[in-house]
Amino acid sequence: MRPVYEKYFRDNIPHIWCAGCGNGIVMSAFARAIEKLGYDQDDVMVVSGIGCSSRMTTYIDFNTLHTAHGRALAFATGAKLSEPRLKMFVIMGDGDAAAIGGNHFIHSCRRNIDITAIIINNAIYGMTGGQYSPLTPTGKKATTAPYGNIDRAFDIVELSRGAGATYVARGDIYHAAQLTNQIVDAANHKGFSVLEVVSTCPISYGRYNKMPKPTDMMQYIKDNTVSVQKAATMTADELKDKIIIGEHFKIENVPEYTEEHNKLVAEVKKDYLEKLKGGAK
Amino acid sequence: MQRKWEVRFSGTGGQGIIRSAVILAQAALYDGFDAVQSQSYGPESRGGSTKGEVVIDDEIIYYPKVNLPNLVVCLSQEAYKKYGADIRENGILIVDSSICKDDNKVPENVKVYEFPIIETAREEIQNELSANVLSLGIVTGLTEIVSEQSMIAALTETFKKNILESNLKAFALGLKIAQTAKN
Amino acid sequence: MTNNTINKIRLVQGNEACALGAIKAGATFYSGYPITPSTEVAEHIANKFPRIGRHFIQMEDEIASIGAAIGASTVGHKAFTATSGPGFSLMQELIGYAAIAEIPVVIINVMRAGPSTGLPTMPAAGDVQQARWGTHGDHSIIAISPNSVMETYYETINAFNLAEQYRTPVLLMMDEKVGHLRERFEEDEANEPVIMYRPAPKEGEKFVPYANVECGVPHILPLGKGERYHITGLTHGETGFYTAQPKAVSKFVGRLSDKIELNVDKIAKIEENYTDDAEVLVLSYGSSARSAHEAVKTLREQGHKVGMVRLITLWPFHDAKIAALCEGKKAVIVPEMNLGQMAREVQRVAKGVPVLPMCRVDGDLMTPDEIIAKVKEVL
Repeated sequence: MRPVYEKYFRDNIPHIWCAGCGNGIVMSAFARAIEKLGYDQDDVMVVSGIGCSSRMTTYIDFNTLHTAHGRALAFATGAKLSEPRLKMFVIMGDGDAAAIGGNHFIHSCRRNIDITAIIINNAIYGMTGGQYSPLTPTGKKATTAPYGNIDRAFDIVELSRGAGATYVARGDIYHAAQLTNQIVDAANHKGFSVLEVVSTCPISYGRYNKMPKPTDMMQYIKDNTVSVQKAATMTADELKDKIIIGEHFKIENVPEYTEEHNKLVAEVKKDYLEKLKGGAK
Repeated sequence: MQRKWEVRFSGTGGQGIIRSAVILAQAALYDGFDAVQSQSYGPESRGGSTKGEVVIDDEIIYYPKVNLPNLVVCLSQEAYKKYGADIRENGILIVDSSICKDDNKVPENVKVYEFPIIETAREEIQNELSANVLSLGIVTGLTEIVSEQSMIAALTETFKKNILESNLKAFALGLKIAQTAKN
Repeated sequence: MTNNTINKIRLVQGNEACALGAIKAGATFYSGYPITPSTEVAEHIANKFPRIGRHFIQMEDEIASIGAAIGASTVGHKAFTATSGPGFSLMQELIGYAAIAEIPVVIINVMRAGPSTGLPTMPAAGDVQQARWGTHGDHSIIAISPNSVMETYYETINAFNLAEQYRTPVLLMMDEKVGHLRERFEEDEANEPVIMYRPAPKEGEKFVPYANVECGVPHILPLGKGERYHITGLTHGETGFYTAQPKAVSKFVGRLSDKIELNVDKIAKIEENYTDDAEVLVLSYGSSARSAHEAVKTLREQGHKVGMVRLITLWPFHDAKIAALCEGKKAVIVPEMNLGQMAREVQRVAKGVPVLPMCRVDGDLMTPDEIIAKVKEVL
C-alpha cells in the first residue's frame, strides 16, 4: 500500500537524521494527521526553529519557515496574527522550546494564540553532539555533563499549565498511531495547543546513557510510558520516572488571541468610522 | 519686531509646563513661523523642576535647542532658582509672585514681571492647574511672539471640549493681567 | 491664518511622525517591546492601527518583536518594529535572518547613549557601525538617519519602500533628539510619496524565490497564498533549500551584498549645502547635522568658505561621492554623537585630506558654537 503521507513530502531532499532517530516517526505522524484533518496544503504553515527536529520543515511540502534557534514561536505569532486563516504548526526541539525559546514559549501559552506547538523531546541537544538540555533528566550523562547532570528538568505539561496553555498532551514515538491522533486533537483545539513528543536520540543521548541501540531507546519508551488514565490510579512512587502520555488537560472557552484581536480591531474601526462620519474632531 | 525667540517655561512637574511650550509652538506655526519644541531629559533637567522649551524664528530653525533664552517663565521657587538667571540680556522674565527672588540674581537689563499667576488661577478659575494657560495669556499680551488669534486656535486644538472653556477663560485673564502691566 | 491652514499644519513629535510615515507607507503589522526613547512609536501605532484594521502586538522582548515582524512579512505584510540601543542589540541575530532570507522588514532605532543601559533618555549616534556590522556574517544593509520631524515621516516611507524594493531589512536610525522633538508637520500635497511593494512575478511567470536575477533582487510571494516554498536562515540555493555547494554559496552571499552596494547611486541620499566653493567641509548626520548646519550658515554669513554635507543615508556608504566631495579640501570635520564612527568611513575614502572627528558622547547635542570654533581652527 502506498503510504498516504508521501504527497506531503518534498521530492529529492536528502535528510540529515541519523538511523534510529525519532524525528522521522513524528514527521510521518504529522503527514498522516494532516491527511486526517483534511487541510489543504496551501493553508498549512509550519514554522520551526533550529536543531535536528526543526529540519522537518525542509522535508514537508507546506508553507515552511525555518527560523532561528528558539524563535519559531515569535515568527509564527506574527504570521498567525496577521493571517489567522492559516493553520499554524510550530515544530521545535526541547532545547529550542524550553531553553533559548522558553520566553516565547510561556508567552505563547499565556496569549492562547491558535498555534499547535509540537515539541519533540529527545532530552538532549542532538545536532551539536549531545549536550544536556532543560529536559535532560537529573543524573543522566551528556557531553557537557560527563559526570551526570545536576540540573532539574522542566515538566513541559506543568510548565504549559502554569503559563496558561489551554491544551496540553504528551505523546511518544513508540505509540505512533496514537501520536497521529494526538496531532489531530491538538490541531482541532482552538487556542494554543502543546504536544510534547517523547523521542529518541540514540547517537547523542542513548550512547552516553546505556541505550546505544535505537531499539534500546524504543524499548525504554515502551516500558516506561503509562496513560493519563492509568496514571490516575497509580501512586507517586509508582509513577516515578514514568512518562505519562495522553491528553493532560484541555480548557475550553478561553478567548483565543487572534479572535480577540480581530474583535477589538473591528470594534475600534467601527467606532472610528462613525466618529469620522459624525464630523467629530 | 524681534525675529528669533527662545522661550523657556519652568515650574514643577504637574503644572503643565511642557504643554505650555507645545501650545506656544503650535500657535507660532499658525502664525507662519518656524517653531521647534523640545524638552531636555539631560542632567540639567534633574531635580524638582521641569522645563519646556520653544525656539521660534521666521527662518528655518536648524539647532533645535534653546541656547540662552530671551523669555523665561518661572512658576515655582525651584525653577526660579535654577533658570531665573539663565537669560539673555534685555530678555523678559515672568515670575509668579509667590516666588522669593532673593534666591537668584537676575542679570541687569532683564525686564522682570511679577504676577500672582497661581493665585489668580486658584481664585478666578478655581483651578491652580490653569496657571500654565494663564501664563500663556500673559506671554501673548506682553510680547509679540504670537497672535492672540493663533493662541486661541492652538488652545482649541489642544483641549477637549469640557475643559476648553475654563482654559480660554484663563488665557483671557492672562491677557488682561498683561494689559494692566503694559498700561 | 485660516482654518484650512490649521488643519494642515500640525506640531508633531518625531516618533509620531515615524508612526504616521509607517501608516502612509502601508505598514500593516507592528510588533514591539517598550523602550525609551522609542516608546511613542508603539503608542501611536497601538492607537491608530486598530482604527484602520491593521495589526499591533506587544511582544515579550525585542527578539520576539523582530521575529513576529519577519513572520508577518513572510505572509505578505509590510511589518516593522521600533526600539533603542539595548533592544537593537537583541535584534541583531534576526536582522541577519531577514537579510539572508531576504524578507522585507523595517527596524526603527531611536538611538540613545550607550553602551548597555547607558543614558536612556539622551541622544547619541553610537549604533551607526552596529547598524552596518551588528549581525554576524557578510551582508549589506540599508540605514537611514533623518534629522527632522518632517524628514522622519518621509524617510520612514522611504525605509519601507527600500525594504520592499530590495527585499532587505532597512534600519531607520533616529536619535532621541529627533524622536522627541516637536516641530512643523505639513505634508507636501503636490508631491505625494510613491508607495512601493515587493517585486512579484508576473502572471504566468515561474516563481523562483531566490533566483540569481541580474538586478540582484528576486521575486517574492507571500507564504500561504498558493505558492508553497521554503524559507530558511541557512545558506540556500535559488529554490530556497540549503546548499553548501561552494559556487552557489559564493554567488548567493555575493548577491546579498551586491544588490545593495551596486545600487548605491539609487539608494544613498546625500544633502549638500554651500559645497561648490568650499575650502573646509563639515560632514554630519542626524541631529548633530542640525547643529552643523546652523554653524555652517553662520560661518558663511561671516564670509568663510565652508560647506555642509549631510548623510541622510548612512548605509550603503557612497564611497565615490564622499571621496569626490572631500577632494581638494583643506579639511573635513565630522561632528557626531559618538567617538568617531562615521569619521572612520570618511577617513577611509578621503585620500590625503585631513578628516577631523568631532565627538560628543555626554548625552547632549553639540552646539553650533563648538563646531564654529573647530572649523575656525582649520580655516
